[in-house]
Amino acid sequence: MIGGLFVYNHKGEVLISRVYRDDIGRNAVDAFRVNVIHARQQVRSPVTNIARTSFFHIKRANIWLAAVTKQNVNAAMVFEFLLKIIDVMQSYFGKISEENIKNNFVLIYELLDEILDFGYPQNSDTGVLKTFITQQGIKSQTKEEQAQITSQVTGQIGWRREGIKYRRNELFLDVLEYVNLLMSPQGQVLSAHVAGKVVMKSYLSGMPECKFGINDKIVMEAKGKGLSGGSDDPARSGKPVVVIDDCQFHQCVKLSKFETEHSISFIPPDGEFELMRYRTTKDISLPFRVIPLVREVGRTKMEVKVVLKSNFKPSLLGQKIEVKIPTPLNTSGVQLICLKGKAKYKASENAIVWKIKRMAGMKETQLSAEIELLETDTKKKWTRPPISMNFEVPFAPSGFKVRYLKVFEPKLNYSDHDVIKWVRYIGRSGLYETRC
Amino acid sequence: MTDSKYFTTTKKGEIFELKSELNNDKKEKKREAVKKVIASMTVGKDVSALFPDVVNCMQTDNLELKKLVYLYLMNYAKSQPDMAIMAVNTFVKDCEDPNPLIRALAVRTMGCIRVDKITEYLCEPLRKCLKDEDPYVRKTAAVCVAKLYDINAQLVEDQGFLDQLKDLLSDSNPMVVANAVAALSEINEASTSGSPLVEMNSQTINKLLTALNECTEWGQIFILDSLANYSPKDDREAQSICERITPRLAHANAAVVLSAVKVLMKLMEMLPADSDFVTTLTKKLAPPLVTLLSSEPEVQYVALRNINLIVQKRPDILKHEMKVFFVKYNDPIYVKLEKLDIMIRLASQANIAQVLSELKEYATEVDVDFVRKAVRAIGRCAIKVEQSAERCVSTLLDLIQTKVNYVVQEAIVVIKDIFRKYPNKYESIISTLCENLDTLDEPEARASMIWIIGEYAERIDNADELLESFLEGFHDENTQVQLQLLTAIVKLFLKRPTDTQELVQQVLSLATQDSDNPDLRDRGFIYWRLLSTDPAAAKEVVLAEKPLISEETDLLEPTLLDELICHISSLASVYHKPPNAFVEGRGAGVRKMLPARAGSQETVLETATGVSDQPAVIPAQDSLIGDLLSMDISAPTVPVPAATSVFSPPPVDLLGGGLDSLLGGDVAASGAGGAAPVSQSTTGLLGDIFGFSATPTSYSPPKSNWLPAEKGKGLDVWGTFSRRSGQIQMDFTFTNKAMQAMAGFAIQLNKNSFGLTPNSALQVMTPLLPSMSHECSLPLATTGAIQRMEPLNNLQVAIKNNIDVFYFACQVPMNVFFTEDGQMDKRVFLATWKDIPAQNEVQYTLANIQCSADAVVQKMQQNNVFTIAKRNVEGQDMLYQSLKLTNGIWVLNELKIQPGNPNITLSLKSRALDVAPGVFQSYDAILHV
Repeated sequence: MIGGLFVYNHKGEVLISRVYRDDIGRNAVDAFRVNVIHARQQVRSPVTNIARTSFFHIKRANIWLAAVTKQNVNAAMVFEFLLKIIDVMQSYFGKISEENIKNNFVLIYELLDEILDFGYPQNSDTGVLKTFITQQGIKSQTKEEQAQITSQVTGQIGWRREGIKYRRNELFLDVLEYVNLLMSPQGQVLSAHVAGKVVMKSYLSGMPECKFGINDKIVMEAKGKGLSGGSDDPARSGKPVVVIDDCQFHQCVKLSKFETEHSISFIPPDGEFELMRYRTTKDISLPFRVIPLVREVGRTKMEVKVVLKSNFKPSLLGQKIEVKIPTPLNTSGVQLICLKGKAKYKASENAIVWKIKRMAGMKETQLSAEIELLETDTKKKWTRPPISMNFEVPFAPSGFKVRYLKVFEPKLNYSDHDVIKWVRYIGRSGLYETRC
Repeated sequence: MTDSKYFTTTKKGEIFELKSELNNDKKEKKREAVKKVIASMTVGKDVSALFPDVVNCMQTDNLELKKLVYLYLMNYAKSQPDMAIMAVNTFVKDCEDPNPLIRALAVRTMGCIRVDKITEYLCEPLRKCLKDEDPYVRKTAAVCVAKLYDINAQLVEDQGFLDQLKDLLSDSNPMVVANAVAALSEINEASTSGSPLVEMNSQTINKLLTALNECTEWGQIFILDSLANYSPKDDREAQSICERITPRLAHANAAVVLSAVKVLMKLMEMLPADSDFVTTLTKKLAPPLVTLLSSEPEVQYVALRNINLIVQKRPDILKHEMKVFFVKYNDPIYVKLEKLDIMIRLASQANIAQVLSELKEYATEVDVDFVRKAVRAIGRCAIKVEQSAERCVSTLLDLIQTKVNYVVQEAIVVIKDIFRKYPNKYESIISTLCENLDTLDEPEARASMIWIIGEYAERIDNADELLESFLEGFHDENTQVQLQLLTAIVKLFLKRPTDTQELVQQVLSLATQDSDNPDLRDRGFIYWRLLSTDPAAAKEVVLAEKPLISEETDLLEPTLLDELICHISSLASVYHKPPNAFVEGRGAGVRKMLPARAGSQETVLETATGVSDQPAVIPAQDSLIGDLLSMDISAPTVPVPAATSVFSPPPVDLLGGGLDSLLGGDVAASGAGGAAPVSQSTTGLLGDIFGFSATPTSYSPPKSNWLPAEKGKGLDVWGTFSRRSGQIQMDFTFTNKAMQAMAGFAIQLNKNSFGLTPNSALQVMTPLLPSMSHECSLPLATTGAIQRMEPLNNLQVAIKNNIDVFYFACQVPMNVFFTEDGQMDKRVFLATWKDIPAQNEVQYTLANIQCSADAVVQKMQQNNVFTIAKRNVEGQDMLYQSLKLTNGIWVLNELKIQPGNPNITLSLKSRALDVAPGVFQSYDAILHV
């Protein structure tokens, strides 16, 4: 299991060091600094073995977080745990930075003591942790309160406490999709997938049981069969269905029930959480299309033309559109003409950044650039990194639809109808790249 | 208020100042001071001098302060054991606190303090906490048992904590169950006896599966990982476990998914491969594995390393998912390289076009390692998918045209492999390759180019000039290039003898006279002699047809792969190495194996028991029952056939043995045809060189690990015994797993039952560099001092090197002591058989022998057990055999073989019955080969 955890700043100075196992000595702290942080070469692996001791690290901003062990631990678990620690720290004090870590080192030690015991990860749910790791010293807890905390930390429904009350029962569903695309210069889709998630914010009283329905193909077809002949058969009535390749759920969702009945039922945590994550690869509507034209005119000049087409309903608006066109390292000057938005050459990023605030569906616009190059004697060819883009659109590119979310709370007297529900769809760019 | 100021105090006299602050009456001041102490501790300053003052702050009702003091205690208690005892009272008191959080905190911290005196006081509170009414305390106590086991294993066993821990597996709270499982798994793996202390049965497994649905993500991982160590009793149980685990594949935590995959991969081995269940399960595995690729890059890396294993074990799972392994521009380099590896493995006729265009794209990227690997991958595709070979070759040619130095070199290396796979197909490109001759500066690329020139010498007009140009700087070349150049010029000479005689003379003299490299010299001499005695034979050897090269490369060895599949998701699967390669001592645990398919359960048992015959470190052995020699004297009445030289040293064949290991592989590979023209007198020697000895081979058990690396400070010794041409040999494989070179090897054998003693010094090639292996044999004589061992064939060995002296014990298989003159005269046999009293007869059943009587005769004969007579009584074959041990003891055997019955009854008669178990073992081993 995990033998120790260290946090370093970018210089390799230790900010936090917590050793859980006897086989890890103080020299491990230095070994990592010397061999990884100060290594001459760029790190080639997130796992490093130094003298029979294994180091796992992740880096956020300027902060290195390293777990160390001498045993054959579950590597996936260690990384998931390190990511979780980052999560927990962020929810306690915001951005991970040297300053924040130094300011909260006592809190961090307290957290590390709680969520990792002898190298075994324990309950690391932020909501629960915040009920008893408060940095307020000891509160005069009643015996009931104490029992409630412990039963929550260890409990079957460790993510929700009892006795929550709201005057207004309300819930928000955000369907957030990231479209990933790799397209060849000729416009052939090399790979495309949507990584989606459903984020739920719930303000519900008591211990509500929720049931969540989506237009998943398997469910819809099963339903279609059951209702064969029925007028509202969704599969036949041409309503779109989504083919989900794979999905994952928050730990509150009863997985065995999903496996057998394909129904998503759960008791939600209070407040915001990620209900499910899914991935689709079929029938993705790509909101934008980038058509690049690059011409090298001699050794000192290049002409680039980029056409951007929006490909969705004209009534909808795409936002925060940004196209990043890489330029060679020896660029000396760029002349730009664009029909819409603003474009700028950013030497620090070696790219032309073209920003468009809003763009309606089924429109087309373009940018042309003349790039002047310095003459260099380096033989090394410029490798033309792909053109990447960012955007946000108000629909789900995978075709994912929420069909219903029903709430049952048998003990309290409010029904499904009394709950106010909001659903919102957002499609964003993931890695959205076109080779040129 | 910001706490970062605590990190910046660098004043002198700081400790003194802190001391006074710690003793301040104001609580707030005290707290500040403790914070400062912890901050100093973090940055590595020694603040142990403040121990008593900090401990004084322990008794407080401020939980935050208490936690800080505990943190300090955990760090420094070991260095101040006497002071630490001051804290015991508070701990014991806290364990009784009404607040469960404080009870748990106390027991958690106490377990982390590795001071004997504190440990003594820990037992009582721990016992109470394991039965605490609050689940939070119980789950903390469960882990504490593992802590205690790490400090004092005996104490845990004596105090009955294991049973209490086992009871927690049935706890009503899922998190308690999960922690108990984690603790038990760790204790089982660490157990010194090698066998698990607490066995899982199907009932506990059922409880775990129930808890699985309800506990935290981490708890699910603990449970799944321990399920992976369980072997279900039949395939029905295996299937039901699979069914209950499958839903975990949809979990958001990648580690839960991978651990579930591990259990499924393992249990699938037990199920019939063609069943519907396995087919659907295989289908279900693909999507979650693909999803792992959208997690954070570090998790992706672990996933990819594991997918690499899974694809090797079950290629079907991901065969349609090639696209997801396409490299993204922003992937970290470690993800890119792993993806590329998997792309090559998944390449097939169906997707080759896509793969190739991707690879071509990658070959223009920036990172040198990545580009090289991409170029190599194109070559691998050509070899793997024959239909694509042509396109791959033209892609490679395009890349060569880019003139990027390392791309060209890499391309030439793979083109050599393509020529091997498809001889005489693409020689039209040779001229293009030759254009780049001057730019090649890496040995592998140079050697590949030279190989190509030599192989196609007859079609390259100026082959002689090209090779000659390499010859100029012969001595500056890498060995690999020198060897290749030597062979290539000999090839050229054999193909165009008229105008290249001078060149070949030159290279032969360079290789044999001016070189210090023995490999090169030997190869030079062999070629020289072949060419001078029989050019026709030389042609047969040098231009022999080459064996096919395999389609897949870098495949893991199947047994290692199976072992790694059992370690999916763990570090072993990331390193692609078994745990004992990077884990020290007992933590490495027992070697894991995949379960056998249903219907062959016995093998599971066998492998389970196989663990126990690992050699133990030498115990202080005083079990000297009697001297074997003196016992021997009491039984000299066996009529010994004339002129047996019991103690004369057997002929020593040092040269043969030496050459054997030196040349073995290399020469044999170039074809056995070369043996013919060599003069008669050396056939014996050559016979050895080529690996077939004149006498039929006798049985030698496979090498076992005598000295594991963790006990040998990095020296890993595998070995076995054999008898070759009347000589007992001890065969070693030394592997250096330490970081430094090893040298100065020597060996000593303790007195033993048969007087084994080294006949020469131990010849280990030194220095033995890190991660190098060396094989060698040590001839043994039986003229050493004799002392009876228990068991009789036990041998205690000491091996010395520059690091230390290591001791281990091993068992000598009895058959190496069977001498060549063990054939008894028929009448003498009969007389002796009658002469030996009935109480000196032992019976033994050789189970499951799959060979006929004749095969038995032959097999035993090869091991110096001679069949004196064969009779057929009532359909049974009776064999009478004799053998003689090196110390003159005769053994007479009667074998009863019934046709159709795999069991053979063996009756043994000897004056010295002590040898019987050893003889039985040998029979068993020889006949089961």
